[in-house]
Amino acid sequence: MVETNQLTQYLGTFVDITRSPTEQDDSLKAIASSLDNDSLSINQLIREMEMYLTTTDNVVRARGILLLAEVLDSLKAKPLANAIVHTLVGFFTEKLADWRALRGALVGCLALMKRKDVAGVVTDIDAQAMAKSMVQNVQLQALAPLDRKLGFELLECLLQQYSEAMSTMGNLLVYAICEAIDGEKDPQCLIVAFHLIELLAQLFPSPSGPLASDASDLFEVFGCYFPLHFTHTKDDEANIRREDLARGLSLAISSTPLFEPYAIPLLLEKLSSTLPIAKVDSLKCLKDCAMKYGVDRMKKHYGGLWSALKDTFYSSTGTHLSFSLESITSPGFEMNEIHNEAVSLLQRLVKQDISFLGFVVEDIRINTVFDTISRYSQFRGMPDTSKLEVLVISQILSVSAKASVQSCNIIFQTCFFRLMNTLGIVEKTSNGDVVQNGNSTVSTRLYHGGLHLCIELLAASKDLTLGFEECSPTPECVQESWCSMVKRFSVPLIQVFASAVYSSSDDSVADVYLGVKGLLTMGMFCGGSSPVSRSEFEKILVTLTSIITSKSGKTMMWELALKALVCIGSFIDRYHETDKAMSYMSIVVDNLVSLACPGHCGLPYPMMLEATSEVCSTGPKYVEKLVLGLEEAFCSSLSDFYVNGNFKSINNCSHLLGCLTNKLLPRVGEIDGLEKLLVHFAISMWNQIESCGVFSCDFNGGEFVEAAITTMGQIVGIALVDSQNSIIQKAYRVVLPSTLAAMKSIPLTFVALEDLQRDLSTRDELILSLFASVIIAASPAASIPDAKSLIHLFLVSLHKGYIPAAQALGSMVNKLGRGTGGAYITSGCSMEEACDIIFQADFASEEKISSNGSGKFICGSETTLSKICLGFCGSLEHQTHAITGLAWIGKGLLMRGDERVNEIALLLVECLKSTNCSGHALHPSAMKHAADAFSILMSDSEVCLNRKFHAVIRPLYKQRFFSKIVPILESLIMNFQTPLSRKMLHVALAHVISNVPVTVILDNTKKLQPMILEGLSVLSIDSVEKETLFSLLLVLSGTLTDSKGQQSAEDNAHIIIECLVKLTSYPNLMVVRETAIQCLVALLELPHRRIYPFRIQVLQAIAKSLDDPKRRVRGEAIKCRQAWASITSTNIPF
Amino acid sequence: MTLGLINANPVVQAKKERLVRTQEDQYRDDGVDPLDIYEYVRDIRDPEHPYTLEQLSVLSEESVTVDDKLDRILIKFTPTVQHCSMATIIGLCLRAKLNERLPLHYKVDILVSPGSHADEDSVNKQLNDKERVAAAMENPNLRQLVDECIFSDEI
Repeated sequence: MVETNQLTQYLGTFVDITRSPTEQDDSLKAIASSLDNDSLSINQLIREMEMYLTTTDNVVRARGILLLAEVLDSLKAKPLANAIVHTLVGFFTEKLADWRALRGALVGCLALMKRKDVAGVVTDIDAQAMAKSMVQNVQLQALAPLDRKLGFELLECLLQQYSEAMSTMGNLLVYAICEAIDGEKDPQCLIVAFHLIELLAQLFPSPSGPLASDASDLFEVFGCYFPLHFTHTKDDEANIRREDLARGLSLAISSTPLFEPYAIPLLLEKLSSTLPIAKVDSLKCLKDCAMKYGVDRMKKHYGGLWSALKDTFYSSTGTHLSFSLESITSPGFEMNEIHNEAVSLLQRLVKQDISFLGFVVEDIRINTVFDTISRYSQFRGMPDTSKLEVLVISQILSVSAKASVQSCNIIFQTCFFRLMNTLGIVEKTSNGDVVQNGNSTVSTRLYHGGLHLCIELLAASKDLTLGFEECSPTPECVQESWCSMVKRFSVPLIQVFASAVYSSSDDSVADVYLGVKGLLTMGMFCGGSSPVSRSEFEKILVTLTSIITSKSGKTMMWELALKALVCIGSFIDRYHETDKAMSYMSIVVDNLVSLACPGHCGLPYPMMLEATSEVCSTGPKYVEKLVLGLEEAFCSSLSDFYVNGNFKSINNCSHLLGCLTNKLLPRVGEIDGLEKLLVHFAISMWNQIESCGVFSCDFNGGEFVEAAITTMGQIVGIALVDSQNSIIQKAYRVVLPSTLAAMKSIPLTFVALEDLQRDLSTRDELILSLFASVIIAASPAASIPDAKSLIHLFLVSLHKGYIPAAQALGSMVNKLGRGTGGAYITSGCSMEEACDIIFQADFASEEKISSNGSGKFICGSETTLSKICLGFCGSLEHQTHAITGLAWIGKGLLMRGDERVNEIALLLVECLKSTNCSGHALHPSAMKHAADAFSILMSDSEVCLNRKFHAVIRPLYKQRFFSKIVPILESLIMNFQTPLSRKMLHVALAHVISNVPVTVILDNTKKLQPMILEGLSVLSIDSVEKETLFSLLLVLSGTLTDSKGQQSAEDNAHIIIECLVKLTSYPNLMVVRETAIQCLVALLELPHRRIYPFRIQVLQAIAKSLDDPKRRVRGEAIKCRQAWASITSTNIPF
Repeated sequence: MTLGLINANPVVQAKKERLVRTQEDQYRDDGVDPLDIYEYVRDIRDPEHPYTLEQLSVLSEESVTVDDKLDRILIKFTPTVQHCSMATIIGLCLRAKLNERLPLHYKVDILVSPGSHADEDSVNKQLNDKERVAAAMENPNLRQLVDECIFSDEI
């Protein structure tokens, strides 16, 4: 129980208008919550409030009533006794007459109206009393917007929930609502008001009811809002958009047929205005009205409607008909919103009442159109008016035909015959008979206008059948007259289209375009009821396919035909046309796939592949066929190459692999079973390579090797583990007997490695690279046979400079021991062992002993690899190979988070020192490789060790490495070093910095910025490191645009500006200059006092950049100069 | 001195699309060409009207010629009316804007196109006399007017 004095206090606070709104809110909440948890009863509250509710002080009474109303508003779900509700309704209803306290009364009524069913609701009688009081006492338009809105909402509630009680009020209610809405301008109120009209129309639907007598008055009140003029772009609170209002108005207008005599003339008048928005609104609203008012009422307006619609079509259609590749599946001219709405209105009218079509067919000047069509054979040659005529009328006819079967029949009966006549398909003989031209005598009268009209009509009927297909499974349109007409003429029509395709001259694509579009339309009639028989369909396919395979080169015709075939293919796949799919398969797919075998057609091979892959990607079955075809083609090409030495075939092979990688691999997820096919392809690649013993001539197909590696890697990457295993097994069996196997037994000693000067044969090289790509892409769960000797093999190849081998090795150390079982079970090689082999080089001593009989000299306790890297022995070439290889191994270790990477990093750093443990500096080229090794370590690689190839990636590995290596590099740079080694250390640091996420840099800007700046100045000395310089500069610009970085930039401003000024004239890379100038602009964010002193220096430097040889730099320089010049009040001081 | 506008009702043309240079040769220098200069000056606002010089057809692509070897730039502009007293202001704007955007070694000649102005010779003389230009730019009122015209597009 709330203490009485506390309640009094709350009441006092709320009623006192001098208190702050938050205090009032708090007291309201307190009262509401104590009512809600039953510590206060409503009776008590009212007893306590008595004085406030009845006082003669207007302000206090208004606040008191509002308090009671607000409290009730927050108790909508709390059950109250019916008696209490009744009393409260009575009270608030009475108070509606008290205009000084109206707000509270409205809120209270609304709160009671909105009560939940279970909690006690207002009875019909009370509601009626409330409505009466409302109608008698409240003058809505005299109130403030918020009160008006409440009033409208109250009326809305009454109409919605107590429609029966309201209907007895009759004319009184209609009149009151008329009065309430009249002159309303607030959008929030209007939305509710429009809904009110809709509700009113539902309440009094009868044509002799109260609404009927007042319909004209009511329409006058709200019809004047049309078309809605609303300029608020964003209304902050309510967020009402123009579309919502327009929709509400449209619903109100179309709410009852009683408005028809007033609405339709108004809408037609607005439709003829020049304002686009009015046109769109009228069309939308007319469509709603047509649906709601019914055919009978609309009928008398058909004349006006049709002429308005026709005008709209003429004014909204352009005269441009596109003959481009993109428009083959679209109407070919632009459609704006007005046009779209007009189309849908026309369709709705025709669909609703076929007699509307009478107006259409009677009115449009079909005769003149046919005259126009037969006068100009070229579309280009027509004057604009005729073009418009043809386009609009074909549009109107096709839209009406699309509306319903009946309309389609009528349209076809009216003009299809004439059209055929014009096109020369039928001719009238002297005795009046209609003779269908035989196959042999299709006259080649090609009229673009006629073809266009014909295609539009066919497309409309096609869309009609497709529409049926979606709603009913077995459409029977064979009996329909349009269908029989099309059927009758289908043979000559196809001939006409085909002849249009072939008759084309070079200068006009229109013939070809229309021909192909016609064939495409004819080919897309669906289902068993299709007017185009199977043999005709096949003829279409044959025609299109023959265009593709003819030796015409990549012309517009070729592209159009290909696109048409692809469209037909995807149409068949979408509608599951089994019959047609069989035809498509046998005519198009088989034909094209067989042509994928090179040498079978005169077309350039890449084009052939493009066509085949495009066509086949329309259905899963075709893809299967395609992969098999490609496999066969690959095998035959490759064997052709090594048997006959045909270089063309090896080129074809690389095209083929490229096609496979680009077109098919990305779609593995979509097509079931593609993965298996591709794996099969990979295995037969291996088979083929295995069977070609020796290449008959010098192999210089670098492109082929590249393509093969990519394809193989990607296939393995997407394959499942089992499939990967089978590919690996296959590959291993190919590697085993080759000379590569011999390399496995070469001991890892200097002497032995020195002897490795002899290069691998090209075949071995190919096999090695392919095998490496398989290993690179394999997932950790895949099993690698004989891993130890493979590691040895790769290690030896690494020393010979085969980068793929190094990458494979990196990939192996990355994934070893991380399979599903926790370790490679079949490989018999653990991570430890692998590292031992690589680093300790006491490689499988038992094998070595068995092969050589005696242990050879192994370089002390230091690892062989590190000694080679540091140049203790071996040639320079050897040294650089070892360093790069080490970097890839290091990358593998780094990504899995293995600690051994630290040793590698230290070794690489050692290579960079001017005086390392061997006491002398390395050769500059070796140092360069060591510095670039950091780029390999840190950057993301496309070719290996990424997610696609299942790399084991430890989170934040870059950050960890960064925090370890940067202090080391920094301290080395601080210490005295020779200029060369200093530069190389900077290069290494730049690689590390520019590859780590920016946030890490931002956290350490204070420390890093000086290093970055020094690096920039060291690297800018010559052009060798320009790319590194650029990436480092990008890091700097990243720090300058961030608030954290700006703090430290403030301290280093003078060095930064000096450095950037120097870079604005860096001659070797344009983007460096550009970025440097942009950075200078970014520096203007620093405090004025800090940058002002550098103004002259910067402006002088920028003046030079104005004369930069590159346009983009000049542009940036102008912006920069203006920005810097404007930091003072005076102008540029030159 | 007549009050009001000199050309109260100028013909306004549509703004043309900005030139987009698609293929930039990475390895070749792109020298200053007439289109560059035109890009710089086309957006200068007319001193009288809220339109650019391009919109009023005072300037077009053909009005700029560049001699790259001698570092000379010649701009011929066409005032909207024969007796336009704003011609000198327009010329000053052109000179001021180009001064700001071009390196110092270019010599800029600004002329009214032959026959387009009643007092052609004296306008040309005035615009290409550097003492007189400098003096004009020191006049605070003129300077402000010129600055407004130049920077109207950028603010």
